[in-house]
Amino acid sequence: MNVVDARQAVTRAHREEWARVVAALTRRFGDLDIAEEAAAEAFATAVERWPDDGVPPNPGAWLTTTASRRAIDRIRRENRRDDKQREAQLCYDSPPEPLGAIDDERLRLIFTCCHPALAMPTRVALTLRMVGGLTVAEIARAFLVQETAMGQRITRAKAKIKAARIPYRVPSAADLPGRVSGVLAVLFLVFNEGYLTTGPDTDPVRQDLTAEAIRLTRLVRDLLPGDGEVAGLLALMLLTEARRAARVSAGGELVTLAEQDRGAWDAALIAEGHRLVRERLAAGTAPGRYQILAAINAVHTCVRDVRDTDWSQVVALYDQLVRLDPSPVVALNRAIAVAELDGPEVALAAVDRLEPDLAGYRAYHATRADLLRRLGRSQESRAAYDSAIVLAGNTAETAYLTRRRDQLG
Amino acid sequence: MQYLISVIHDDSTLATPDEMAAIDVFNDRLQAAGHWVFAGGLAGPDSATVIDNRGAEPLFTDGPFLESKEHLIGFWIIEAPDLDVALTLAAEGSKHCNRKVEVRPFR
Repeated sequence: MNVVDARQAVTRAHREEWARVVAALTRRFGDLDIAEEAAAEAFATAVERWPDDGVPPNPGAWLTTTASRRAIDRIRRENRRDDKQREAQLCYDSPPEPLGAIDDERLRLIFTCCHPALAMPTRVALTLRMVGGLTVAEIARAFLVQETAMGQRITRAKAKIKAARIPYRVPSAADLPGRVSGVLAVLFLVFNEGYLTTGPDTDPVRQDLTAEAIRLTRLVRDLLPGDGEVAGLLALMLLTEARRAARVSAGGELVTLAEQDRGAWDAALIAEGHRLVRERLAAGTAPGRYQILAAINAVHTCVRDVRDTDWSQVVALYDQLVRLDPSPVVALNRAIAVAELDGPEVALAAVDRLEPDLAGYRAYHATRADLLRRLGRSQESRAAYDSAIVLAGNTAETAYLTRRRDQLG
Repeated sequence: MQYLISVIHDDSTLATPDEMAAIDVFNDRLQAAGHWVFAGGLAGPDSATVIDNRGAEPLFTDGPFLESKEHLIGFWIIEAPDLDVALTLAAEGSKHCNRKVEVRPFR
């Protein structure tokens, strides 16, 4: 078999089967560390063997079997050293599960990686490693930390899961909504870091992260098709991702929604996002925050010209969001929409009220700068641009803010 | 699997009669559900004595081994199948004793 074809088959299997292999092994051996290591070894074996032996008819089954053999080898090896403990571990069987409806190993894996007893950065790292199959080096790069530090974070998390016995199961129906929202928070964080990458020397958009977040959210959507917030988050990501090509100029500068070339938007992603939003509207249940954010993005993406935007609809949706989430950041975004509906003066008054909460937040100063500029208050606008630029953030955004400031008369 | 639920205290006030009554209710519930192993309340850290007998002579020192704003004031040892159950019980315990608690597994 052609080496290139075999490599492609391994890459495809990695994308499609990694989480399933890790999940199946965790289930069987009750140990994430063993599962992860054995899965990695199985894929390494595939890289060696598939070019000569050919791609097996069922790559997932081949990988799971190969990984299981590796896991058993390791356990036998360690058993000789540490008999009792290993034996106890192999015997450990998770208690019967109250929830039978959702039964996919990968879902257990996701809930374990996003367990509330783990710190948020740890949940993100663990999910990308165990479910996403990213290497420790890739995750470390994505979050600008040293590879050894990221490796330690993941190792500590696995040790805590084992020592504290964080269960490997889908939470009970009573706990499910809260736990799903914890999973979605992890996925949204991964997406946002890709979409508005922070740090001075990074690409402004990390497509690998946005793509991975969308892929994992699609997976969660497949596993929990009836969950409105899962659909909402997926729609939100798709409608945001659809604008990616138009969002950064050739010169590396952020392009605002109003100034984007709408012809460069991805029509297929927008259509899929709109379909999901319509599906949620038809469901007739009260929407959560991701569904409302998706609806706002649907309003923006359904017109070819920014002047046709239905701003009263956008403000109405933000009003709905404020009722669910009265945070200052939501209030700031609402004020941006209010500026289009009631003018910059009304919006500025609303923004200024947020100063005590948002003085350290870049978007607060950038919004004020823009509103002051539109009101012709150049000097105050310049000072607000300066405050925004000083705060660390996305490189393309910094370039945009700097040009705006320098254009002030 | 056993877990230690430590009760963390951050001022010098003792449990009120209402809190003591609530703790009793919670203890009864732990026992009825088979989670109970042991529990106890402690006197304040000022009453502690530190002993170090690793050398030739035992050394007695007045006071807690760690001076801190927060200290251990009581604990439960519970039996639970996994951390989810332990966390649910700890959350109830925190509510009943009206203090922050920490959950830690035994090895």
